[in-house]
Parts: sequence; structure tokens; C-alpha cells
Amino acid sequence: MRRRWNGLNDWLDHRTGIRTAVRQFLYEEIPASSGWHQVFGSVAIFLFLVQAFTGALLAFNYAPTPGDAYNSLRYILTELTGGRLIRGLHHWGASMMIVVVVLHMVQVFLYGAYKKPREATWMAGVALLLVTLAYGLTGYLLPWDNRAYWGTVVTTQIAGQAPVVGPYLSRLLGGEGAVGVVTFARFYGLHVLLLPPATLLLIAIHVYLVRKHGVAPAPGDEALPKKQFYPVQAFQDTVAIFIAFVILFVLAAAARVPLEQLADPTDTAYIPRPEWYFLFLFQTLKLFNGPLEVVGSVVLPGAAVLALILVPFVDRSRMVRVTRRTTAIAIVGLAAIGWGGLTAAAVKSTPKEAGAVQVDYSAPTDWLHLSPEEMAGIGYFREENCMSCHEIGGRGTAIGPDLTQTAIHKDAAWMIAHFKRPSVMRPGSSMPPIQLSDAQLNALASFLLKLNEKNASALDNAPEFAVAGALVYQANRCGACHLVNGVGMRIGPPLNGLAKLQSRNWVIEHFRNPQQLSPGSIMPPYRLPQRDLENLTSYLFALPD
Amino acid sequence: MDDVQALYSSDTEGTSRRRFFVGAIYGLWAAISAALGLPALVYLLFPPKARKAEEWVEAGDVTRLAANAPVEMTFRKNRVDGWKMISEKSTAWVVKDAANRVTAFGPQCTHLGCAYHWDDAKGEFLCPCHNSLFAVDGKVISGPAPRPLDRYDIKLEGSKLLIGRLNQGGEHKA
Repeated sequence: MRRRWNGLNDWLDHRTGIRTAVRQFLYEEIPASSGWHQVFGSVAIFLFLVQAFTGALLAFNYAPTPGDAYNSLRYILTELTGGRLIRGLHHWGASMMIVVVVLHMVQVFLYGAYKKPREATWMAGVALLLVTLAYGLTGYLLPWDNRAYWGTVVTTQIAGQAPVVGPYLSRLLGGEGAVGVVTFARFYGLHVLLLPPATLLLIAIHVYLVRKHGVAPAPGDEALPKKQFYPVQAFQDTVAIFIAFVILFVLAAAARVPLEQLADPTDTAYIPRPEWYFLFLFQTLKLFNGPLEVVGSVVLPGAAVLALILVPFVDRSRMVRVTRRTTAIAIVGLAAIGWGGLTAAAVKSTPKEAGAVQVDYSAPTDWLHLSPEEMAGIGYFREENCMSCHEIGGRGTAIGPDLTQTAIHKDAAWMIAHFKRPSVMRPGSSMPPIQLSDAQLNALASFLLKLNEKNASALDNAPEFAVAGALVYQANRCGACHLVNGVGMRIGPPLNGLAKLQSRNWVIEHFRNPQQLSPGSIMPPYRLPQRDLENLTSYLFALPD
Repeated sequence: MDDVQALYSSDTEGTSRRRFFVGAIYGLWAAISAALGLPALVYLLFPPKARKAEEWVEAGDVTRLAANAPVEMTFRKNRVDGWKMISEKSTAWVVKDAANRVTAFGPQCTHLGCAYHWDDAKGEFLCPCHNSLFAVDGKVISGPAPRPLDRYDIKLEGSKLLIGRLNQGGEHKA
């Protein structure tokens, strides 16, 4: 067996030279001072491979056109087993990649490893940093939710501000006029067709140069014998990769990446925020106003990139110990403080979504298909604390009967009579009478009639604002004129898909004064408390089309 | 860093340490590969969660059917296709037998999926592709067809025929 194996190995080696290649790779000589501080490059390559792998998996179930992109991503998140994890890995992997690439850069900068003859290695590295950021920028649009859409509106407008090349750049990105199908196709093409081979090429150049010049030695290494990469440094790289992977996996499994509402170009109330690693740029932008804006959006970032590229030509002194490189340490410290300050300021200035509730469309959304009356029923069900005695599909306390089972055998009239005087309809029942009006009892009964084991989860996942909104809807008898989810009247317009037609502010204003906004409307004005207005509007905006 | 240097100083201790490093490298990479590979397989191989219960579609009126004279009825059916819901045209060969029992056959031959038709003169279903012949109750008379015609689940509401899922194998499920 062993001889067979060796024979096969010899045959393969003779034809491919694989043995020499592997040996050259593993037994590369590295300076004696190498160690844990040099693991970041390997981690970055590993994360790139994870991104390529999870990206391909996502692409297997993704339709790269606006609208369909959103629906297919939602399908990945809610209907495919493991889809949420794969998307989580890809999302958080992007953030981790930025972190690790920057750590790699900081290490090389602090140690002065960019010095002669390694200038080209450093510049290829800067190019890789820019490519990594380009992935973040282009990938941001691909979910095609509100966040993606409005974030990209800002991005393309900034690109358009660039001196001289601005208009051409925004035309190239397909962002001229408005963000739309062309922008989407360009961003998708960049993200999955152009950037990956460019990254591979740059990584190849970068690694080739590292191998050509060898890992940068520290002062004192000349006197010591060289080490081999395998197994000690390989072990250290592997441990670092493993730690990074564990962090990534936990983030992907535990931290839910929300999918917001489908992109709505008319939603003027939406406040876009970039991904966390671009927040500092976003904040820099705010420091400059009017004609100076271009300084914050293009000139400063451009100058920073240029400065990064020129680092090895500015600092041409001899290699010294990292602990003596006080200037470098000071620069890194100042940059960290500046970045941290700008980011903190940006986070602080982000409004806490005042009143506007965000629906997590990637969570189960059975409740979206209930009628307003049934939704209101959920509200009364929660208010009356029915779960403290009744079981729903095996959950809750089993003092009273499981409501997913009894609903099948009873009708609404029986239920309402039972709610009012429980022991009359069911002798011996210890249930207290429910103190609600007839309309409210009707809603409760209509929800319970619809309840079965399959949709019982709607009870849990119906968000507070939607239930509250449905209660307002019911209390004001909106269903006497309007249609929601197929229930109600057609005197007024149906309300599904309202979010696509009108902005939030328009709808809220319309409640107060319908005739002013839609002349000829027979809708009476509604003077509702602000909270009710907000909840009702959010509920209506969340409805499926 | 000193312990790393020690690796090169002592040979016997060095081999066992070396074995530890190599073992750890293999072990950690195996763990990473499993944690990426298994979810990927689950993601690609597990069927999507069902979104909607089967719905019944109205196909037509069965009162006008003559006994043992199959009629092709057309209806629109919604089908979940990945992240989309498609509405597509579909047909069924509907037969009422002498005892007034109604059967609805799927429109494709069980051999290779060609569309077959009712041959009025012979009183048989004929598939023009490879000459499979089926009797009026769907049984194979001759030809390469491996099993009787597929049947839809059906429901009668008065004289309205409602069509449900298509069952393979020709077994009727009431």
C-alpha cells in the first residue's frame, strides 16, 4: 500500500514537479524574528477565499436584477436551510476583511517592512486595500433594499463630484440621473466579474513580491540562522486564521443582518447611512460645506490614498527596531484617534429612527398576510394575556385548552358568547369573562378562527407597531372603505402597496387633511394622536404589495 | 518566541513538538473545512421550506361529460418557482365512467413526457411519440410506457371539478 502510494507520488512528481513546489512553499526560509505579528496577510487571503466561496453559494440562489434581487435574497434568508448563515458569513466576512487588511497594513507600517526593496509590495498592498473597499461599496447595493438603494444614491453622487472625471465616473457607474437598473448591473458586474480576478491578480503579484524579497527581517536578524515557514509559522498562521474564523462564524450565526423594505426611490424620509467602515468618510464630508464639499468627498480621501502609496518613498531611513519607530507609532495612533472620533461622531449623529419602525423582512413574516381585524385580534389576545392559561401549538400554559385545536370545532358566535360568559357555553370552565366590546370580541374571534398550528408563529412575530397600527385601523373602521390583504371595501383605494405610491410624510399629512392632498377625496380627516398615526402608517407601509 | 527557538535546539523534544504543530495545523483546517462545507451542503441540498398549502383550481363543469368520452380541460395553476410564484396554463384529460366516477389524467405520457391525445375512433389514448396506448381508465395497453397515466387529486363541488396535485404512478388518491 505504502509502495503504491509512493509510486503514485513519484509518477505525479515526475510529471508535475509537485513535490518540489510544495517543498518550496512550505520550507520557505524566513527571518528568525518572524512570528505572531506576521499572521495577518494569511488571514486576509483566507477571508478572501471565504468571501469567494460564500459569494458563489449566494449567487446560486440570487437573481441579479432589481426587485428580483430583493425577492431572491429574501428567499435565501427565509426559505433555504442555512441561507441566513451563508449570508451572515458573507456580510460579516466583508467587515472582517476590512479589519484584517487594515491590521496587516498597520503591522507592515509599524515595522517599516515597506522599505527598500519592498516598495512595490507595499503599493500592491495599497491597491488590494482599495479593491477590498470597492467590494464593500458595490456589494452594498446588491440586496436592493432601502438601505442599499439610498446608500448607493449617496455614493454615486459623491463619485459625480470628483473634479474633471466626475461626470464620466458617474456615467461609468450607471448612476447618472438616478440609481436604477443600469447602476445595479454595473455594480453587480464589478462585484462578481471584474473585482475577483483583479483581486487574484493583485494577490499573485503581492505574494510573488513577498517571496522574491523574502519576509522583511528585523534589525539583528542578520546574525541569527533563518527559520523555515513550516511547521511553526504555518501553525501560528493557522491558529490566527482559526480565531478569525470562529469570530466570523459566531457573528454570522448570532448577529442577524436585517433585510429592510424593498428599495423605494420615493421614500424621501429614509436617512441613508453607509457601512461602519465608511462612516468616517461620511463624517468628514459633513465638515465641509458648499463649494468646499468636494474637499471632503474627493480631495481629502484622494490625498490620503496618495500619501499611503508614497509612504515607502517618504520614509527612506534604515531599518530600526519597531519599538524605536516613534514617528510611525505616533502616526498610527493619531490616525486611530481621528478615525475613531469621526466614526463615533457619525454614530452619535445617527437619529434613532424617530418613530419610524423598521420591519425585519428577513424574519418570518406570516403576520403580513393577516387581515387588519385578525391583526387587531392578536392585539387583544396579547392584552388579555390569553397565553397565561392557553396553549398555542404546544407552547404556553396548559390550564385551558390548546387554541390551535379548538378553533376548528367552534364558530364565531359560539366563541363570542363564550368570551362574554365562559361557564355558560362550557360548564365548569374557570375562565374569567373578557371585558371587551362586541367589535373587539369579533376581532379576537376572527383571529382565533384563523389560528392553526402552522400560522401560530404569527402570534410571536407580529411586531408591536403593526399590531398597534391594526388596532387603530379597526377602531377607526378604515375597512369600511379600504381593502387590506383582500379584506374590506373598495370605496377608497386598496391600501396594499401604498409604500410604493406615497411617502410616509404624505400619508401622515393625508390623514390630517385628505382633501388638500387628494382633491375630491371623500375621506374624512382623522385627528389621531401622533403615536397612533405613526403606528398606523408603519403598519400600512409594511403590507405586502 | 523562545519556545519556538527551543524547537531547533533539542532533537527528541523537537520531534514531539513538531508533531503537535503538524497535528494542530491539520486539525484546525479540518474544523474550518467542516464548518464551511456542511452548511454549504445543507444550503444546496435541503429543499426550500414549503410556502403555501396545495390549492384547488376550478377546471370546468362535469355535467356535460358523456360517459367514457375524455375531454381535455384547461385551467390556470399557481406554481412556486424558487422565489417566484408563477401562474401557468395546464390541462387535464377528464373522463366520466359508466358509474359516474370522474377521473382527471395528467396531460403527459408516462414514457418520456410527450403530450398524448384521445383517439375517438379507437377509444384509446394515443401518444404519437413512441406509440404508447392507454385505455380509457389510464392503464397501459401497449407501447413503451412504464406505468398507467398520472392522475390529479380531484374534488367535486356540485358539478364543478376542482383539480389539485398531480400524483405519479396512476394511483388515485381521494
